[in-house]
Amino acid sequence: MRIIRYIIQKEFKQIFRDKGMLRLIFILPILQLLILSNAATFDVKNIKVAIVDNSHSMQSRALIEKFQMNSYFAETKLLNSSNEGIEYIKKGKTDAVIEIPQQFEKQLVNGNKTSIQVLINAIDGATAGVQNVYIAQIVKQFNLNITLENKNLSSQQNLSRIEMIPSFWYNKTLNYKTFMVQGILVLLVTMLTLFLSSMNIVREKELGTLEQINVTPIKKHQFIIGKLFPFWVLGLVILTIGLLIAKLVFNVPMLGNIFLVYLFTSIYLLLILGIGLFISNHTETQQQAMFIAWFFMVIFILMSGLFTPIESMPKWAQNITLLNPIRYFVEFIRMVLLKGAGLQEVLLNLSVITVFAITINGLAVWSYKKTN
Amino acid sequence: MKRFRGFVKKEFFHIFRDKRSLFILFGMPIAQILLFGFAITNEINNVEVAILDYAKDSESEKIIQKLKASEYFNIETEITNEKAIASEFKKGKIKAVLLFEKDFSKKLHTENKATIQVITDATEPNIANTIANYTQSILLNYQNQNSSAKNIGINIQTRMLYNPELKSVFNFVPGVMTVILMLVSAMMTSISITREKELGTMEVLLVSPLKPFQVIVGKVFPYVFLSIINAIVIVSMGYFIFGMPINGSLFLLAFESILFIVTALSLGIFISTISKTQQTAMMISLMGLMLPVIILSGFIFPIASMPLPMQVMSNIIPAKWFIIIVKSIMLKGVGLQYIAKETLILVLMTVVYIGLSIKNYKTRLE
Repeated sequence: MRIIRYIIQKEFKQIFRDKGMLRLIFILPILQLLILSNAATFDVKNIKVAIVDNSHSMQSRALIEKFQMNSYFAETKLLNSSNEGIEYIKKGKTDAVIEIPQQFEKQLVNGNKTSIQVLINAIDGATAGVQNVYIAQIVKQFNLNITLENKNLSSQQNLSRIEMIPSFWYNKTLNYKTFMVQGILVLLVTMLTLFLSSMNIVREKELGTLEQINVTPIKKHQFIIGKLFPFWVLGLVILTIGLLIAKLVFNVPMLGNIFLVYLFTSIYLLLILGIGLFISNHTETQQQAMFIAWFFMVIFILMSGLFTPIESMPKWAQNITLLNPIRYFVEFIRMVLLKGAGLQEVLLNLSVITVFAITINGLAVWSYKKTN
Repeated sequence: MKRFRGFVKKEFFHIFRDKRSLFILFGMPIAQILLFGFAITNEINNVEVAILDYAKDSESEKIIQKLKASEYFNIETEITNEKAIASEFKKGKIKAVLLFEKDFSKKLHTENKATIQVITDATEPNIANTIANYTQSILLNYQNQNSSAKNIGINIQTRMLYNPELKSVFNFVPGVMTVILMLVSAMMTSISITREKELGTMEVLLVSPLKPFQVIVGKVFPYVFLSIINAIVIVSMGYFIFGMPINGSLFLLAFESILFIVTALSLGIFISTISKTQQTAMMISLMGLMLPVIILSGFIFPIASMPLPMQVMSNIIPAKWFIIIVKSIMLKGVGLQYIAKETLILVLMTVVYIGLSIKNYKTRLE
């Protein structure tokens, strides 16, 4: 025990001695949490639309006004031809082009159908889909007004309708920050501890100091525990700072038990440090360690369900996410903080993480012995 | 020149001797693009939804059939009272409950108005919002089919340009390509130069007759080569496996990719001039670049929807400009005149990084 304490002391000293590194360890995650939480939103806003009005009539102007008044649309430019519109899309100056035909007003007044043409830049399919819905909604609203004005029609119209009342639980205003802040915090804590731990032991190998330690009476498990403990503490410190930021800056609700969050994180960090140790064991240079850590991190992040829904992935990919630690943490922290879930509801996540942590650390210690 | 060639050869040799790194460098982009190309999508479908039907009459039955038939929803969970909603949400499996009021059909026919409540677990706002929208449009369709009224007004003819099927892979291939090229290039150079510093071999190199400039170029050159191969692999996979079109000039695409690789590499060199150890270099290039590149580049989140300060900040992310360039060439098929601004910005960034590196480098050598 005394030996472990000495190693821990030494490791902490090393971390605190390198002021530049220390600054990075704290500043990078905090800054990113503050900045990136604002940027991660799937809302589709500020749509730029160009309108080609061939009708130049009261009705067409009324329709254009509808777009100008709508808060989703940032810009409504009037163009002369749809060719010009396509040119605008090519240059990225507009998202959609709407062309109103010459006969627009005439046909509407006569109670006929008329049609407008909508061109949407669909490279980002999801965004294009939403833009399409917004445009359609405005036109539908416009149609309804016409129908109501056209009184003799409305008397015959079957007015029975089904009303949909949406209610958004746990996040009434559909605020993305509420949803993203803890998720990004989870990513930052994971990245920090994984990168630092995976490079740490391999560093001793690369510099040749590991050989020296191996000839001292220090036992391997003492060495490993001593090496990894500071990062475990560091992870918890960053988590604490992040939770404070979430509460004070972003006003994220924290309904559940905060001790549960710490319990989970403590075990989760053991798992991440175990992965780091495992990577360290199987690499010879810091560069290699970093590549492997990076590879898994990108996969962990993109397949965590934080940015894109897991349900929409094909079955085999969903099965891969079952091995992704970040997935369990993201699920867990949302359930506890936003929905107030208790131990019983998150027991599955907790036990999976625990089993993973035991397995990977077992493997790491076992392979550590073999390589030396 | 001969000396320089020898040095470059040595650097190549270094990299190719390290089989593990080589495997990682080539294998990982392939694995990642396969995984993400097939798995990652912004689309929302198969959402698990429960129905709480207090009416159990003909209209509610018919609407439920409609909902079940839609690919958007999976309806499996049985739920019979409102108290169960919260506990189901906490379990996390279902994302919404559609609640039919009592006497749904009767109200619809006698009072001309009946309500369906859509209760969503809005911890994931995107999914919640989409469920509400999907339900609304399914209901509208249902009513339109049953309504006898004459359909008047404006009809919309929509054309989705460049990606009529709204495939999200067209968005993700350029994104993954950018993330990989950016991080591999910046990371590799930043760490490989600091590595020499940390191990003390940089000093040795600098007293050699090679000029510092040649040392740097010699160290970076193999990575330019590797990144180009990676770019070729990614573009071919996008084309052959995911059916990404290459509507524009392949030559232009190659030129822009090399430009971007050089931008990322010069960023890597800059990082290496400000860090003493590999760990610092790694912290800056990995920890500092990974999330900003993923979140602020427009790869996943639309930049236009971000708050203005974030939109401004996204301009300093080289990846943002390259994603625009790749999409423009591959999908829109436009020529250089349409992406001149983006190209110029990348050139400018490269010049700035190299300038800063030279400045830093000189002060370090004194």
